[in-house]
Amino acid sequence: MDELIIEAGRTERQYWRDLWRYRELFYFLAWRDLLIRYKQTVVGVAWSLIRPLLTMIVLTVVFGKLGKMPSGGIPYPLLVFSGMLPWQFFAAALTESGNSLVTNSNLISKVYFPRLVITISSVITSFADFVISSVFLTILMIWYRQVPPAAVVFLPLFVLLSFGASLGVGLWISALMVEYRDFRFIVPFMVQFGLYISPVGFLTSVVPEQYRLLYALNPMVGVIDGFRWCLLGGQQSVYWPGLAVSTVGVVILVVTGLWYFRRTEQTFADVI
Amino acid sequence: MPAPVITIENLSKRYILGQQRSKKDGMRHAIEDAMRAPLAWFRSDRGTKKQKSEFWALKDVSFQIKQGEVVGLIGRNGAGKSTLLKILSRITVPTKGRIRINGRVASLLEVGTGFHQELTGRENIFLNGAILGMTRVEIIRKFDEIVAFSEIEEFLDTPVKRYSSGMYVRLAFAVAAHLEPEILIVDEVLAVGDAAFQKKCLGKMGSFAQSGKTVLFVSHNMEAVRSLCQRGIWLKDGQLHADGSADTIIQSYFNSISTDLSFSDSSVVHGLEIQKVSLKNNRGEEASQYRPGDSLTVEISYQANDRLEKPYITLGVQGINGSCFTANMLLDGHQPGFLEGIGKIACRFESIPLLPQNYTVKMAIREKSGQTMIVNYQDVAYFSVVGDLAEFGFKGDYLARAIRSTAVVVPYEWRLPDGTTARVAMRPLAD
Repeated sequence: MDELIIEAGRTERQYWRDLWRYRELFYFLAWRDLLIRYKQTVVGVAWSLIRPLLTMIVLTVVFGKLGKMPSGGIPYPLLVFSGMLPWQFFAAALTESGNSLVTNSNLISKVYFPRLVITISSVITSFADFVISSVFLTILMIWYRQVPPAAVVFLPLFVLLSFGASLGVGLWISALMVEYRDFRFIVPFMVQFGLYISPVGFLTSVVPEQYRLLYALNPMVGVIDGFRWCLLGGQQSVYWPGLAVSTVGVVILVVTGLWYFRRTEQTFADVI
Repeated sequence: MPAPVITIENLSKRYILGQQRSKKDGMRHAIEDAMRAPLAWFRSDRGTKKQKSEFWALKDVSFQIKQGEVVGLIGRNGAGKSTLLKILSRITVPTKGRIRINGRVASLLEVGTGFHQELTGRENIFLNGAILGMTRVEIIRKFDEIVAFSEIEEFLDTPVKRYSSGMYVRLAFAVAAHLEPEILIVDEVLAVGDAAFQKKCLGKMGSFAQSGKTVLFVSHNMEAVRSLCQRGIWLKDGQLHADGSADTIIQSYFNSISTDLSFSDSSVVHGLEIQKVSLKNNRGEEASQYRPGDSLTVEISYQANDRLEKPYITLGVQGINGSCFTANMLLDGHQPGFLEGIGKIACRFESIPLLPQNYTVKMAIREKSGQTMIVNYQDVAYFSVVGDLAEFGFKGDYLARAIRSTAVVVPYEWRLPDGTTARVAMRPLAD
């Protein structure tokens, strides 16, 4: 029989085993969030299409028609949507996971399981919208007769990268939110702001050459570039140094996010 | 000799007061600190230099629980019972000391943790089961049993927000009851639900205990502790005060609390501070012992820093079997116009038709809408009723057993087939 030792500041070994033991809870929490999300709404799941669709139209008009930004020969709606796909996922995951611990405070103060489950499953929930939107993107690509290049095989890697970016930031914000509810105001601001500082409505190539590396510090730059490279190909060459910076940034976010989350996790129940 | 399954060594838990509310400790402060000493922020000793008031919820508690023991944990509110359970359930970590546990633990600190109002009963069984640590396969296997135990078959596909509170609790307990742990930790779960349901829960826990599992049980329902547990552990001010057979511990607990009349909690909520709750007898003296049929006056001394409009005050007398009687402004509507400054409210129960037992007084104050509770105390005062029942015309052969089953006796009269009548009433004895 396993002996469990509860002691101040020594739970590491047990923790990862517990995370495995509670693996089904990832699924159950994500399932719960999906089930309740569109309860008592009229159009239901369609909301996860309507939002990106309208944003796509607005961005196409603003950047493509009014701003006359270069599209590299790609239909502007397609350009926007391929950037918006990872961006919407990131934004939703940020919002959902940022609030995840606070909205589940009743669980945190009454029952034990590794709290990482809560935050990770909220990222998974947002991923469901991503899947729905990608179906729409497929339809859009068929409509514009856009054949994806061979590089499409690398798409899963960029999906993984966007997952990492979402998780890394989500871990930081959810853990910080427990103590500092200020983030309730910061997150919507970040999301709103991020839409414009990330290359969602335009191509990264509009950014002057000397700033591109700096620009890549925003991890979503690498992700969005990657998505366009895999889906649209053509002149959408990847700016490799930038991608490297973004990738390293994502790795750092996830590692430090895990570190901060684990460090504060023990006091969640006392503080929340 | 059974092996210890839970070993607690020098367990202490410190809380920093005002950890989340103090403005000083907000994010602005954290950012300021971080800017001044960027490296110190990342060290773990961050914040210890600040002067904060601390509170030891548990101080140096050590004891062992052996395989198959059923232990009742008792003590007043704030004695550290819940903190101990939270540490045992790994919800929070101890500040010092350690615990070794051998065996799969299930802890029920609340009925229906994680239930979602919008989901149906069926969906909630799966969700709650998973949160409590069951696997999907396990839940599917026990699903029918859970449903049968909860008696809500026909509402399985109704969202739980449409359930009555009784149904909700039954379903929630049904899930928890099928956990099959080796060690069960239960906190006040029985405080909710109707009498029949409580009996069912106790029955389930009893059969669980009989199958050689270990149970740690916290309750203010002393009769439940007495009937379920062999061993009692009494926590007082975060320390282990006494440990022994459940009967002895409960008796000495009651003896001690009924001599300690003054209510000492002075937390301020909505500007209202309850300074003292005292019990007075026929002669207006503070007392902790009453005779059946005596009058009992509950006197509440308060200080209302803010004017409190039309509050609802409810008092209840609780015996070991649960609620006996109440004085309730939600029922009678006699709210005071307002409370302001220092003052007293008293309620006199003319004649307490109670059998000799130990009783607690609970008190709640709600604001004028009747919705929000400003104050809610389960045990603001304690008293015991003493007396030889023979003096009151009770002379049955099973007096001792009957006392346990009921507490309130209203005057009654038997009319027997032979035409005789027998009247029984607990009246105050002439002094």
